[in-house]
Amino acid sequence: MLFPAKRPLPGSPPAALRDPAWRGRVFWTLATLALLWPMLVLTEFKPWLLLEPDALTPALRFLADFVPPKLDGDFLAMVARETWRTVAIATAGLTLALLLAVPLALLSARVLSISALTGRMALLPAVVRQLVRWLLIVLRSVPELIWALVFVRVVGLGPTAGVLAIALTFGGMLGKVYAEILDSGETHGTTSLLRNGSGRLQAFLYALLPQNAAELTSYTVYRWECAIRSSAVLGFVGAGGLGQQMDASMKMFNGSEVATMLLVFMALVWLADKISAWLRRGLA
Amino acid sequence: MKILLENCTGCHPAARVNAPAALRGLNLTVASGEQLAVIGPSGAGKTTLLHLLACALKPVSGTLQLDGRNPWQLSRGDLQRLRGELFLAPQVPPLPARQRVVTAVLAGRLPHESLWASVRSLFYPTDIALADQALTRFDVSDKLFERVDRLSGGERQRVGLARALLALSVAGPPQGAKAPSGGSAAHQVASVGATLLLVDEPLSALDPTRSQQAIESLTQAARERGATLVTTMHHVEMALQHFPRIIGLRDGELAFDLPAAQVTPERLQQLYAQHLDELSGAPSTALQDAPVAAAPVAMNCR
Repeated sequence: MLFPAKRPLPGSPPAALRDPAWRGRVFWTLATLALLWPMLVLTEFKPWLLLEPDALTPALRFLADFVPPKLDGDFLAMVARETWRTVAIATAGLTLALLLAVPLALLSARVLSISALTGRMALLPAVVRQLVRWLLIVLRSVPELIWALVFVRVVGLGPTAGVLAIALTFGGMLGKVYAEILDSGETHGTTSLLRNGSGRLQAFLYALLPQNAAELTSYTVYRWECAIRSSAVLGFVGAGGLGQQMDASMKMFNGSEVATMLLVFMALVWLADKISAWLRRGLA
Repeated sequence: MKILLENCTGCHPAARVNAPAALRGLNLTVASGEQLAVIGPSGAGKTTLLHLLACALKPVSGTLQLDGRNPWQLSRGDLQRLRGELFLAPQVPPLPARQRVVTAVLAGRLPHESLWASVRSLFYPTDIALADQALTRFDVSDKLFERVDRLSGGERQRVGLARALLALSVAGPPQGAKAPSGGSAAHQVASVGATLLLVDEPLSALDPTRSQQAIESLTQAARERGATLVTTMHHVEMALQHFPRIIGLRDGELAFDLPAAQVTPERLQQLYAQHLDELSGAPSTALQDAPVAAAPVAMNCR
């Protein structure tokens, strides 16, 4: 016991007025802390190491290199070219991911099941839906970095590996979340069309899609933003784009070049944010 | 379309396991092209009856036959094709908020057109004139290119009814001139409109003038196409005035099934008075008091 609860404090409320939920609250707080502790030990979480002088000085020196960012013409031209390539990797990867995700999401969305209109879903469609869900899990549980390492061996160094890696992982993520968005929205319009004898794809196009368009769009744009960031990481394993240049600059300890590229990344994320807001306003 | 209900019992899918069935032991025969109104106090099973007829609800016991076929013995594909021959218009119009009226109305044709045709119609609506014509019958043609969420509740309801008209008025040969069974299935589907119209409370959001107009348009369109029309109504006067045959439902059972002329005020009194007694006894709120399972948390930001 942390507190001497037995002895009532002067002026404390009588037993009947005490919050009955407090024991549970205290228990779960303590339980969470008890679970967190071994994890902190396991991850060697020692923040004070950050402040030791022989670790701090080189880090600060590297950070000091960040200002001013490198801004000469040749370098900026190269950054612009690579930025364009990064955007292209992210966009191409996401487009391929959409080709994968849309059919899989439609196959796994429960709301488009005709047999589920009246009671339980029929056996075969239920099995197909489960298999598609497992396929989506497989696709997204392998990190894009691993896919990229695989594809770099197949298609060689360059943006193609990045595009393919993003396509597979993001296809899995998009497919799962699309299906969840479709299933969790308002389904009255869709079931009405299905009940009146429409096909599944017709019901999707005429009711389910207009119902959920804004949320699907905003999630897709957010994933595009993630793909841009992800392509930076993929560059580190030789999948091209701004990330590969950043890797080179990091290895040379050239802080000012890294700073410029980080600023470009921030600008791209800001841009994605703006596009998303604009699209959602348009679809609201 | 002919309807035959034999000793049918139907449970609402959301009802509790031990709750009494919403509709018990119902017998009903409806000839092709007949028009009838279903009246009765709320909770009498009117909507459940429509759902049974629309094959949206499987009867717990008893049989349903539509044109001599038991829909629940058909294969899933055939059942879905049969559903294309009937049209259920729910009380709350099922229109997506962001859709335009023209698209929402043309969606009534979906079961009768190919996937390709419906995709094309999304790019540029085919048969805008047909949608406009249907909307004119309900006096909402000025909203043709308006978005659904810009409409008032009454306008939405009338757009929903216009969609029902489109399901009926598919261009093609009249009834009885179906393509021979050897013809391609797509062609056969494309040439037949709905022949059974099931409309749930079409007037619940309309003022008296619009109600009059809406019900006239509905009955007239059904008559023109030779389609069977079954409508549930809260508005008893309107039902007696426009429908030759009236079905009275009370507590999930058939109270009467009479020509409109024979529905006397005493019968109506009986049909509704019982319900008022029940209301004061207040046992009907039991279902609302049942604990509701918590809905999963909606994640809007992923």
